Amino acid sequence: MSADQTITAVAAPALPRRRFRLPLAGIIGAGVVGFWVVIAIIGPYIVPHDVGALVDDDLFGRMRWALPLGSDYLGRDVLSRIIIGARYSIGVAAAATFLAVFMGGTLGMLAAVSRGAVDMALSRFFDALISIPSKMSALVVIAALGSSIPVLVGTVAVIYTPGAFRIWRALAVNVNALDFVEVARARGEGTGYLIREEILPNIAGPVLTDFGLRFVFAMLLLSGLSFLGLGVQPPNADWGSLVRENINGLADGALAVVMPAVAIASVTIGVNLVIDNLPGRWSSTGEH
Amino acid sequence: MAPLVKVENLRVTARDERGRLSVIVKDVSFEVQPGEVVALIGESGSGKTTIALSLMGYARSGARIAGGKITFDGRDVLSLSKRELSSLRGRNITYVPQSAAASFNPARPLLKQVIESSQIHKMMPQAEAKTEAVALFRELVLPDPEHVGERYPHQVSGGQLQRLLAAMALVTDPKLIIFDEPTTALDVTTQIEVLRVFKKAIKERGTTAVYVSHDLAVVAQMADRIIVLRDGIIREVDATGRILSEPKNDYTKSLIAAAEPHTRATAPGAIQTKAAPPVLEVKSVVAGYGATDRDGVPVLPVLRDVGLSIKAGTTLGVIGESGCGKSTLARVIAGLLPAARGEVLLDGAPLPRRASQRTRDQLRRIQILFQMADTAVNPSRTVGRILGRPLEFYHGLGGDQCRRRVAELLDMVRLPAMMAERYPGELSGGQKQRVNLARALAAKPSLILCDEITSALDTVVGAAILDLLAELQREVGVAYLFISHDLSTVKAVCDEVMILYAGQMMEHGSRRALGQRPLHPYSDLLISSVPELRQGWLDGISENVLKEASVGVARPGRGEACSFFERCAVRVPGRCDVEPTPLRSLTKGAKIRCQRTEEELIDLSAR
Amino acid sequence: MSMVVVRLVLSRIAIAILTLGFVSVAVFVGTEILPGDVAEAILGQGATPEAVAGLRAALHLDQPAHIRYFLWLGGLLSGDPGRSLVNNLPVAELIASRLPNSLMLAAVTAVVCVPIALTLGILSAVWRGSLFDRAANFLTTSIVAVPEFLIATLAVIVFAVRLRWFPALSYAAGIISLDQFFRLFALPVFTLSCVLTAWMMRMTRAAMIDTLRSSYVEMAVLKGARPMRVVLTHALPNTIGPIANAVALSLSYLLGGAIIVEIVFNYPGLARLLVDAVSTRDMPLVQACVMIFCSAYLYLLMLADIAGILSNPRLRHR
Repeated sequence: MSADQTITAVAAPALPRRRFRLPLAGIIGAGVVGFWVVIAIIGPYIVPHDVGALVDDDLFGRMRWALPLGSDYLGRDVLSRIIIGARYSIGVAAAATFLAVFMGGTLGMLAAVSRGAVDMALSRFFDALISIPSKMSALVVIAALGSSIPVLVGTVAVIYTPGAFRIWRALAVNVNALDFVEVARARGEGTGYLIREEILPNIAGPVLTDFGLRFVFAMLLLSGLSFLGLGVQPPNADWGSLVRENINGLADGALAVVMPAVAIASVTIGVNLVIDNLPGRWSSTGEH
Repeated sequence: MAPLVKVENLRVTARDERGRLSVIVKDVSFEVQPGEVVALIGESGSGKTTIALSLMGYARSGARIAGGKITFDGRDVLSLSKRELSSLRGRNITYVPQSAAASFNPARPLLKQVIESSQIHKMMPQAEAKTEAVALFRELVLPDPEHVGERYPHQVSGGQLQRLLAAMALVTDPKLIIFDEPTTALDVTTQIEVLRVFKKAIKERGTTAVYVSHDLAVVAQMADRIIVLRDGIIREVDATGRILSEPKNDYTKSLIAAAEPHTRATAPGAIQTKAAPPVLEVKSVVAGYGATDRDGVPVLPVLRDVGLSIKAGTTLGVIGESGCGKSTLARVIAGLLPAARGEVLLDGAPLPRRASQRTRDQLRRIQILFQMADTAVNPSRTVGRILGRPLEFYHGLGGDQCRRRVAELLDMVRLPAMMAERYPGELSGGQKQRVNLARALAAKPSLILCDEITSALDTVVGAAILDLLAELQREVGVAYLFISHDLSTVKAVCDEVMILYAGQMMEHGSRRALGQRPLHPYSDLLISSVPELRQGWLDGISENVLKEASVGVARPGRGEACSFFERCAVRVPGRCDVEPTPLRSLTKGAKIRCQRTEEELIDLSAR
Repeated sequence: MSMVVVRLVLSRIAIAILTLGFVSVAVFVGTEILPGDVAEAILGQGATPEAVAGLRAALHLDQPAHIRYFLWLGGLLSGDPGRSLVNNLPVAELIASRLPNSLMLAAVTAVVCVPIALTLGILSAVWRGSLFDRAANFLTTSIVAVPEFLIATLAVIVFAVRLRWFPALSYAAGIISLDQFFRLFALPVFTLSCVLTAWMMRMTRAAMIDTLRSSYVEMAVLKGARPMRVVLTHALPNTIGPIANAVALSLSYLLGGAIIVEIVFNYPGLARLLVDAVSTRDMPLVQACVMIFCSAYLYLLMLADIAGILSNPRLRHR
């Protein structure tokens, strides 16, 4: 089965069921990601300054008690802008990933269980889609439709659907080939039951891992677009936009450029730490 | 004389994937005298391969030699440096692994790999090593010894690869050869020729050998002395003859009991039901993979014109080697692989070819059990839910009724009722196979298709499952189609036996008829190839039977000519490979598919 | 080489061409769903209806979509992808002025990365579990998980601002000396190389470890082969296919990565041309640039596939 090279482990049998314990690195990763998710949710209630307010007379002002991360190129509070930026950076990426995984996952399992012509048609279609580099697809759609949050969510979701389809299909094909699915099929069970009861519970682990990886890709793509000025548009700003608007502070090493970039890195590395430290049977290696 | 190998209090530990440490070899001590063949015998997890590898100072990843002392030829193996170990391996101690196909580097020609150790250790110039290797190929009865070395591993058959591995081990003329289950991956008719060649090579050279195996009958042919292992502990050590005739340890006794054939089939009952109509009939089924041509024959035919019938409450055994189509037969009957031609009748009524077109009651009456107990149960559902589903699906049971019935089913397969709350991951292989059996019984079927259900289990566990099958047949009167590659298992449980070769039925008759001559030439080869649990069996086999056995390969062709032609010792060229093979009824009551008449076969086997 | 291999390779090439056709349709449809009228967009709000109609005819906008697609495809294939909507220059000319710069950047990066990544990847597989392996693993994971512009900005801060070794911005035109060449390319190449090396190294390591776990490698050890020999004669020949595959796949990253790098360093390459075209909605230019990038990407994927086929001993020696 050459199409299934992406799979490293599926539903390892005969292992006693035990709760797994996440190693320290994984706990740190989970902590960082959890922290940012909380910030994204409660952001508006805890910001020290209004995101648009000019609070500093200096541009790229230095850090001090009132402005813990200094000020940006217009003299706005960097900390407040990062806190609010979390909503866009994490929210848009999460929404797009969720959509992509929902569409790709459902179709992937359907293809695996139906086999034959349905599988063939879906696989060919997504193979062709995946052969357009993700940044190119994004640029084409944004060139045509302009950039708004719904367009970004939709575009990134469509971009990552073929990848999700591939992984889910490959995982489901592996489980589908196992004898207990054959037994259920010989019993006369329908497609819905096979997907719901026999396949889904046994690919849940790797599939969650895949969700995490895809979220990282989506976040990197979105922040890259924002950095190019083609992502989240002013007056809203995600972390990528913050780096872009403050790029002139680069020569001075201003925190206004560095901190948003560090925030992105902390989330993506955090997710990776969690994924790398999951037990083997959860793993699935995604493609870039 | 000083022993060649002396192992004292060997202790090997291993870490599993969760990082937990366990001791897999516990305080093992033994000696191997020069010129002696010592067998390490045990089931999976007994530590036999681990011990054998540690003689070379080698532990697989995750394992560690934690203590003890190994002396080889006066040298302390465990205190050698890496460089010294390398100079020992492949030169003084060589290794013949189980899987020949995986042990050859696919990217290099065979000869290069066979002579590699002699080149690593700079023992002889390359040209000399090549001559040496060709001589070995000839000795090991490899076809075309001059040129076989130029081929690549995937171009050579499994039996030949195994012999090439032996050549690789012999080329440096080592002091000790370790054979690690060298014939386990082979079919029984291929195994016998390889065993004979190995034995001859060992005897002629007087080589010292350690022979690792799980198969007592094979070991009985090869070893002078047997070490019985279980859970990393030595249970018994004795000369081969004494182990076989008067085992002292209980575990050894159970091993021997499980290996000895004893009949469980419902012989008397079966005769009474003889008049009863068959529960299942299969008529001239053709099945395979790929698109079908105009005659309805698939591109890759697996079953060619196979027919059978099973009477209610009896067992039909289907036996054949890997690739003969026996599992495909089960899948065709279950409707998982629709037949291209022919029909399947249940109680005289034809069944739709696809499972999805069959009625729920038709589906209920035929249940299927698979070889891999591990993969046949959904690992994320409890046993109770696994057994409850067919009850709900076929019988509409729910709630308390369902729970009570689950407990009854568990009791029928001799599992405690509290198993219902467990997940499959917490069960052993044998327990999982019992759960599978219970799930099949939950449907109240009239026929259960058993596809190699004991092959993946250890002998003792498998024997218990066979006992259970026989008991259940007496209790509920279910019929079995029992598929296996193992003749003794089939003989033990079946009333009737069908022998399949490359998709063709070769012989079909009662169990008793299988013990009477004349036999179909393939049946003859198959029966005489099964190792018997007595010393000297291997040396006593007639050359005639084996003459062609290991040379040809099975190829399911498209025509109706005999597929055994290439390997048959009594073939008639120009007839067997051209004309359709007729089905003949023998006076012993069996049917065979052969060009030779009964008289001819009697004559030929007398010679 | 056997017929089977030839047939497989030809089928890969055919698949690549078919896919490219699909991509061209997707790009065309994607850029033609633009709301509003291109002619009006070009001429602005105050244009007379006659002028708009004239331009529409000139741009074939009055034709049905499939005719326009074939006109466009024909133009692309004959080397005339039309004129820019923004400055009315021929698209071919704009691209010709930028393409060599991009190719140069990619080539220099590849030359730097491939040897480093392969060596490190193989070493870290051979010494898996060692301190070196774990450190390399942590480093590559972090680099891969971080946006390219973070690496680019860090590189600027460290090498250009703090150390003042290199200029922060680069211009490929008018290079005089080798020294200058090196200074101009250093930071863009460094940034791209970081990410590319990380990807390539991870994939090489995975491919190598796969091979090192096989039974024939264990067999070689048990024949007394020393580690060097095990890796060179037993593992490497079986890893060439997967490694070539990894190299081609990683190189395809250069296409996307170049976008960010060219922007950060103000490098006059094709990717910056594309981003500018997207910002100004200069559709003919967007279409042409995207098609170039997609063709390069598909070409690399095809090479990866073919490398896999050619290095498979089961196919080579039948």
